[in-house]
Amino acid sequence: MVDDKAFHPWDDPTATPLIRIEHISKRFGDFTAIDDISLGIYPKEFFALLGPSGCGKTTLMRMLAGFETPSEGRITIDGADMAGVPPNKRAVNMMFQSYALFPHLSVWDNIAFGLKRDRLDKDRVAARVDEMLKLTQLGKLARRKPHQLSGGQRQRVALARAMAKAPKLLLLDEPLGALDKKLRQETQFELMDIQEKTGTTFVIVTHDQEEAMTVASRVAVMNHGELIQVDTPGRIYEAPSSIYVADFIGDVNLIEGRVGAVGELAELNWAEGRSLKGQAGPSLEPGQAATLAIRPEKIAISREEPEAGNRVKGRIVDIGYLGNLSTYHVKLDEGPMIKCEVGNRSRLARRDFTWEDEVWLSWTDTAGLVLSS
Amino acid sequence: MKRLSTFNIVSLTLGFAFLYIPMIILIVYSFNESKLVTVWAGFSTKWYGEVIRNEAFLDAAWVTVRVAFFSATIATILGTMAAYAMMRRGAFVGRTLFSGMIYAPLVMPEVITGLSLLLLFIAIGLDRGIVTIILAHTTFAMCYVSVVVSSRLVSFDESLEEAALDLGCTPFQAFTSVTLPIIAPAVIAGWLLAFTLSLDDLVIASFTAGPSATTLPIKIFSSVRLGVSPEINALSTIIIGIVTVGVLAASVISKKQISRAARDAAMAERDD
Repeated sequence: MVDDKAFHPWDDPTATPLIRIEHISKRFGDFTAIDDISLGIYPKEFFALLGPSGCGKTTLMRMLAGFETPSEGRITIDGADMAGVPPNKRAVNMMFQSYALFPHLSVWDNIAFGLKRDRLDKDRVAARVDEMLKLTQLGKLARRKPHQLSGGQRQRVALARAMAKAPKLLLLDEPLGALDKKLRQETQFELMDIQEKTGTTFVIVTHDQEEAMTVASRVAVMNHGELIQVDTPGRIYEAPSSIYVADFIGDVNLIEGRVGAVGELAELNWAEGRSLKGQAGPSLEPGQAATLAIRPEKIAISREEPEAGNRVKGRIVDIGYLGNLSTYHVKLDEGPMIKCEVGNRSRLARRDFTWEDEVWLSWTDTAGLVLSS
Repeated sequence: MKRLSTFNIVSLTLGFAFLYIPMIILIVYSFNESKLVTVWAGFSTKWYGEVIRNEAFLDAAWVTVRVAFFSATIATILGTMAAYAMMRRGAFVGRTLFSGMIYAPLVMPEVITGLSLLLLFIAIGLDRGIVTIILAHTTFAMCYVSVVVSSRLVSFDESLEEAALDLGCTPFQAFTSVTLPIIAPAVIAGWLLAFTLSLDDLVIASFTAGPSATTLPIKIFSSVRLGVSPEINALSTIIIGIVTVGVLAASVISKKQISRAARDAAMAERDD
């Protein structure tokens, strides 16, 4: 996550977005892939489009690249209207999910491909290619063909090729999808480094919420062609605007009930005569059906009845030991199952709870969030 | 190595015998001293000398090669363009009709293709000769080329073309600098197929050939009608020899490519 003080152009009313997406819709026959989306993406942002497959994120990206034309609405990049501008005339480059490396060209020629189209003289092409090879640490492999490279190396060639023309905007379509988990995590940090070094605006499409949270300055959560929430990873996680977002990002417990008193905090009546408190989400009316969303790691577990404002009692039915964490599944007396995560700071021998134990779960008034159902 | 059972040996022998005995007989008799094809009178290579000295055969062979070369080249260009248009431009109006019409000549009896071309050439007043044979061969070879090329385009990753556009190519540049080099093996295979089809076509060529140009198959066929001569056997043996060398060369080249691909893959693994 980018430091809030250093970089938050979206909160600055005087900042101009690099990309303006204005009331964009895209229909394929009867199917609406994108439904009236408006969005501004600022220079030097690392912006993530996150959502399940079929949510329209790839279509939105392809419209930025120029491979799809919007059915309605307008896209401007750096002030210029993109309507009718073909992909080869846009200062936008894309890193493809399949990498799309040209199999008949060497690494060097792949990276030089776009530069040669610009009719740059040979020395400048060579200088730029060498710069890109250095940036992505591919120097030794310059003469190899793509099929002589490993997956991680191909990914770096694809990035170098897309960056070579120094685009105003770089689009990354599931760039790390083909890598194994460990390599993916390393590469996420490499991507962030490169983005910071070059100052290019990145838009990444991904279905992996961890990846979006790690790399992005802001995340747009999409579903069924609509933007559900656009915010920093921190706010997406801590203050989701809807149950969909809360559930999509990370783990969450959902307790259903009806709204009682609403202020800064909202009261949720969830079982006869019992209520829980949490921060009030957007547009809550007393009496309406609502859900309390509480993250497992914000719940404390104890044998004695605690003092905290929100407390519930139940019985442990499952324990998952993950090494750094233990997860307890607690069946409440009132019915719902609650998941609670506790960091294992001490060794295994000192673990306090076991199966069938009667325990109390508790959390502070500001830990949870009451959202309209 | 697994040992073959008696049954396997018998089937193999029968199969190969069926395929090759006629050709072996032809090759053996091409070395026959006697002028009578079916009577063996000792070993000789004199008929090969006769073939090489026979101006009519040499002329026909030269016409055949030129026809095959030009018709294969034109058919490859047109067939590749047609395949590309059908695979890439999505669902345009009349696409099914268009693709059906491209493949129709594959199943059309050659006699009909030949006859209709003959009528066309007469109608437009084109004198029959080498040009008309080239046009006729282009027509029927084109659909074979487009079948070969479109089967390659099916597995072609379209994002490669998009990447080329993204990096600043016009659609035409994307085709020539990315698509064409990648599908080149299929285009070359299509060309070879068209070349071979043209080399051995008799029916369509005999409809469209004129007195000024005769192809080798027509020449052979017409001389066989006057009786099989050992000269024809020698000529056929030469053709069999050329084809065999071609097939062997192709298989050696592709085997080398396979082993190179395996080496490349091993190299990539090591670096990972």
